[in-house]
Amino acid sequence: MTEPVLEMKGISKEFSGARALVGVDFRLFPGEIHALMGENGAGKSTLIKVLTGVYHPDAGQVTLDGEVVRITSPLQAQKAGISTVYQEVNLCTNLSVAENVFLGREPRRMGAIHWARMRSDAAQLVRRVGLELDVSAPLGSYPLAIQQLVAIVRAVAISAKVLILDEPTSSLDRSEVEQLFAVMRRLKEQGVAILFVTHFLEQVYEICDRVTILRNGALVGEHMVAELERKRLVQLMIGKALGELEELTEHIRPAVGKAMIRAEGLGRNGAIAPFNLDVHAGEVVGLAGLLGSGRTEVARLLFGADHADSGKVLIDGEPANLRTPNAAIERSIAFCSENRRAEGLVPELSVRENMILALQAARGWTRPLSTEKRDELVARYMKALDIRPSNPDLPVSSLSGGNQQKVLLARWLITQPRLLILDEPTRGIDIGAKTEIQKLVVELSEGGMAVLFISAELEEVLRLSHTIGVLRDRQLVSQIANAPEINADRIMEIIASGAPA
Amino acid sequence: MSSVIRHRLFWPLVALALLLLVNLFKKPDFFAISVINGNLHGSLIDIALNGAPLMLVALGMTLVIATGGIDLSVGSVVAISGAIACFYISGQPDQNSLSAVLIAVALALAASLVLGAWNGVLVARFGIQPIIATLILLVAGRGIAQLITSGQIITINSAPYKIISGFWLGLPVVVPIAAVMVGFTALLTRRTALGLLVESVGGNAEASRLVGIRSATLKIMAYGFSALCAGIAGLMVSSNISAADGNSAGLWIELDAILAVVIGGTSLLGGRFYLGGTVIGALIIQSLTTTILTMGVPSQGTMVFKAVVVIIVCLLPVIRKVRSTRVEATS
Repeated sequence: MTEPVLEMKGISKEFSGARALVGVDFRLFPGEIHALMGENGAGKSTLIKVLTGVYHPDAGQVTLDGEVVRITSPLQAQKAGISTVYQEVNLCTNLSVAENVFLGREPRRMGAIHWARMRSDAAQLVRRVGLELDVSAPLGSYPLAIQQLVAIVRAVAISAKVLILDEPTSSLDRSEVEQLFAVMRRLKEQGVAILFVTHFLEQVYEICDRVTILRNGALVGEHMVAELERKRLVQLMIGKALGELEELTEHIRPAVGKAMIRAEGLGRNGAIAPFNLDVHAGEVVGLAGLLGSGRTEVARLLFGADHADSGKVLIDGEPANLRTPNAAIERSIAFCSENRRAEGLVPELSVRENMILALQAARGWTRPLSTEKRDELVARYMKALDIRPSNPDLPVSSLSGGNQQKVLLARWLITQPRLLILDEPTRGIDIGAKTEIQKLVVELSEGGMAVLFISAELEEVLRLSHTIGVLRDRQLVSQIANAPEINADRIMEIIASGAPA
Repeated sequence: MSSVIRHRLFWPLVALALLLLVNLFKKPDFFAISVINGNLHGSLIDIALNGAPLMLVALGMTLVIATGGIDLSVGSVVAISGAIACFYISGQPDQNSLSAVLIAVALALAASLVLGAWNGVLVARFGIQPIIATLILLVAGRGIAQLITSGQIITINSAPYKIISGFWLGLPVVVPIAAVMVGFTALLTRRTALGLLVESVGGNAEASRLVGIRSATLKIMAYGFSALCAGIAGLMVSSNISAADGNSAGLWIELDAILAVVIGGTSLLGGRFYLGGTVIGALIIQSLTTTILTMGVPSQGTMVFKAVVVIIVCLLPVIRKVRSTRVEATS
């Protein structure tokens, strides 16, 4: 076996007490495509940033071509032979392809840029990866996928040893991905070592030779892709052996009658492929899938937080135009975002103000809630959800995560929605608050509310849902009725294989 | 005691008191108020008189800043409003006609509202950054004022118009005008849900969108209100000198107003706003201007002197905070 071109040993990194990486080993061989996998927060980006000199590791060493190197800056990483292409293209669209490839390293003759040579060299480099482009045309005249390939050409031209591709495919369509893969295969033949970061399982199996899996900042393992079952890979990523997951089935009740809300072919390019979905009154529909599989995107389309560019939504059988959150709220739809801090709380405002915000917004500024009504609602929901401390005048930012989540839940429950969309309502909160929220979901659905419940935790989805939608690679691949024989194992199989039930 | 110190108006009030004390030290009769022709006179009355336009502009600015924006065009609106009023009055056969003056005032305020709505639409509907959107009118507005006055200073001789900067029951009329506007704004924002929704938009724009707040309408209203306040200030300024000076009326007032808002405790990032703080902030700025005159700082140095004092005022609470956290860290 050849020597690895890059070897990282015992890399640790801590951010103000939080351990992002703990003794991670990683190696990369010349002429291989190596996938780095893990859920969000597993430490992938930290590892890459250590490798590219953005972060300095607290411990561990990096060996490049058999020599120990200290990478102190992105520029130095580049000089040492490590280039990175990010998800967003970091090039100048107003400059030509050739200028972009040689930006900062233009061939010169007597102090002036040697334009002819720059163009011919660039054309040669572009051909080397199997592309035919007019290198004097502005980069902006080419589609995003080509721009990304030019970024790769530039990266390889600077240093051809190690190429890091950080989620390059997330904004590309199928044929563009094919084009990217063709370029990657060519570079592999030329002996370039490629580190490929992706959320898409399918792509790992299509193009990668080896995979390294991280979880919670620690190395889980390094495997040859060909020897690793998909299901096993999913397990390694989320860290639960299938046997450990208990079957939990209660409050199963078939949904009957007309759907309260129905999505027909609803989709958005680059976010989620067109899907059909029904949610009935009194029904809990759970969405399962890995992070980045399109769960949140489904929720955002149903709430009008993003514009759908295909399909339609029917509410009680009537077409409804959900172009904005306002339109959805008017139809009694509520949406608790997974991102409490950025999309939920107004941190400066008090608990009380945060709780009544949705209702007040619906009433408009000219019709303020009366003090009595407001205090009565706030007191009732603080008690019902057991929000602590029970002082509504505190700034909401002073509450714990679980209580903040309850405040957001209360904000929407006060509006008495017919459809409640909960995106990761139990993430990052303590176990007590978690069970309370789960209990609440059951109660609400028994009271006739339709609930769309999104969670990364399969047990939770299984426990609460009447129907489970499984997402994979931004597609709703399967919808199954929850039944005693459905367990986490079955769901993971669907996630791994993409096969409908 | 500590709760007093922690009150957000504590340091602004200390600064205001210090400024006034410095004046008293330099000029022992600084607090003296005399009655001349039945009207009150004195340095404190001067501060109130001259500070009223600034207070109004700062009042409107507070709401704009609370939405997460900023309004740089207020100084130009001051000039335009005064120019329109004086231009209209100067064209009347009888400049002392009360109805003509009322029409002039209405025209000036209506024009101000339109200008404010323009700012608001640029920001809220077209998504132009507030600093750029209002910069357009900051620059163009001076030109508009010059066009209205044909580049001249229009002087008028109108007794009814002079009332605005005159005295009533011994008090300068501008003081009750400013007080009424402050009271009106407080009622408008705190008795309706306007204040809450504005603070929500400024505190977290995306969360506000997802909760269904129509932030565009709120922003247009805030910019419109800011311009209306500036328009009233413009009437005060032009009435005071019985003339419209498109060049220098309201010059730099936007900066003083922004300072007053910040000193009052409202964050430039938007969110929570404090009308009471803004009032005190405006008084501090005006007292400072008066102090500079009392101290006999040479006119070339006034701007630098002002800057130094403002820095100190802004740093006072910060220094305290840094020191207290250090104490906590060492103990």
